[in-house]
Amino acid sequence: MSSAKRSNEPIVWFLFGVGGFFAAYFLPIHIMLYGLAFPLGLAPDPGYDKTYALLQNPLTRLYLFVLIMFCFFHAAHRMRLTLSDILNMRHLNTILAFVCYGGAIVGTVAAIWMLAVVH
Amino acid sequence: MADTIILEVERFHPERDTEPSYQSFEVPLRADWMVLDALNFIKDQLDGSLAFRWSCRMGICGSCGMTINGVPKLTCETLLMDFAPGPVRVGPLDHFPVVKDLVVEMDDFMAKLQKVRPWIVRKDDFKPQREFIQTPAQLEAFHQFSLCINCTLCYAACPVSGLDSNFIGPAAIALAHRYNLDSRDQGQEDRLDIISQHEGIWDCTVVGECSTVCPKGVDPSLAIQQYKLTATKEWFKSFLLPRGKN
Ligand code: SF4
Ligand code: FES
Repeated sequence: MSSAKRSNEPIVWFLFGVGGFFAAYFLPIHIMLYGLAFPLGLAPDPGYDKTYALLQNPLTRLYLFVLIMFCFFHAAHRMRLTLSDILNMRHLNTILAFVCYGGAIVGTVAAIWMLAVVH
Repeated sequence: MADTIILEVERFHPERDTEPSYQSFEVPLRADWMVLDALNFIKDQLDGSLAFRWSCRMGICGSCGMTINGVPKLTCETLLMDFAPGPVRVGPLDHFPVVKDLVVEMDDFMAKLQKVRPWIVRKDDFKPQREFIQTPAQLEAFHQFSLCINCTLCYAACPVSGLDSNFIGPAAIALAHRYNLDSRDQGQEDRLDIISQHEGIWDCTVVGECSTVCPKGVDPSLAIQQYKLTATKEWFKSFLLPRGKN
């Protein structure tokens, strides 16, 4: 197979696709619980200490890392396509890719850093 | 209700006009008339110079696609009554060069269609002595994609095909997928080389309009997304096992 002329798009599409799954199924749970249900008293608030204790578990951190990373790449890809097509910026594709995926990488690194420094 | 309706028809004569313009015609509003019947009335009774394509009048040949009030539709399947009291705007399909009035140039689409090899490809010298047996499940796998009539409404509806004329486009990819899913076919690899290029599936941003406008219930968007999955698997495979037959 002449894979040479094939697009490298699969990698960003893969991140986008998996990110879409996380953004659709998992992110809303966090927003619902920590953004709405706990502050509004619709569900018993686990409080700071319990949430903090949960964060001590490496598995929680790993989960948050995966969630945040994929969601960032999902957003980056969506942003790139929206800007290039809806705003007619196809000619700036390389710059857009650089800014969007670069942003996702910066966000991911920031997430790793935050997850690493929380003690 | 009025017994006539105004049809605003886009006119363009390549040797005379630089820009298309609209011409209004008053036609009878009959309960059983399709938009195509109104166009034929214009051609027969009012202005014989109007150019448009049609053939079967039953949603099979795929030649009567036009833009009706901004939406790509088969004129032979679109009731005039649905637009009462009017006016109804009829134009050529978007994203195609106009030959004259409502007739568009299909060459580019035909070339793209050829490229994806939409026929059964065999790699062996298989010479069937009798019918090739397929189970209902094997038929079901590709059946919906085989219903395409090449009307190109999906190209007119797809914003990406308007932005990038190199995009292979919904129907051609859906047809490639139709043969890939056929248990008799062995041409998947050849097609993947064409389809997995940037101008193939990767140009698609999942707008989904192709599947919305398709008059035959084909879901080209689904075909493209399924193909993306296949291409991604192949990409990872060739990345992990880079021994390919380049
Ligand atoms: S997929 Fe549907 S809309 Fe597109 S050319 Fe085929 S029949 Fe027409
Ligand atoms: S005339 Fe054949 S599809 Fe409309």
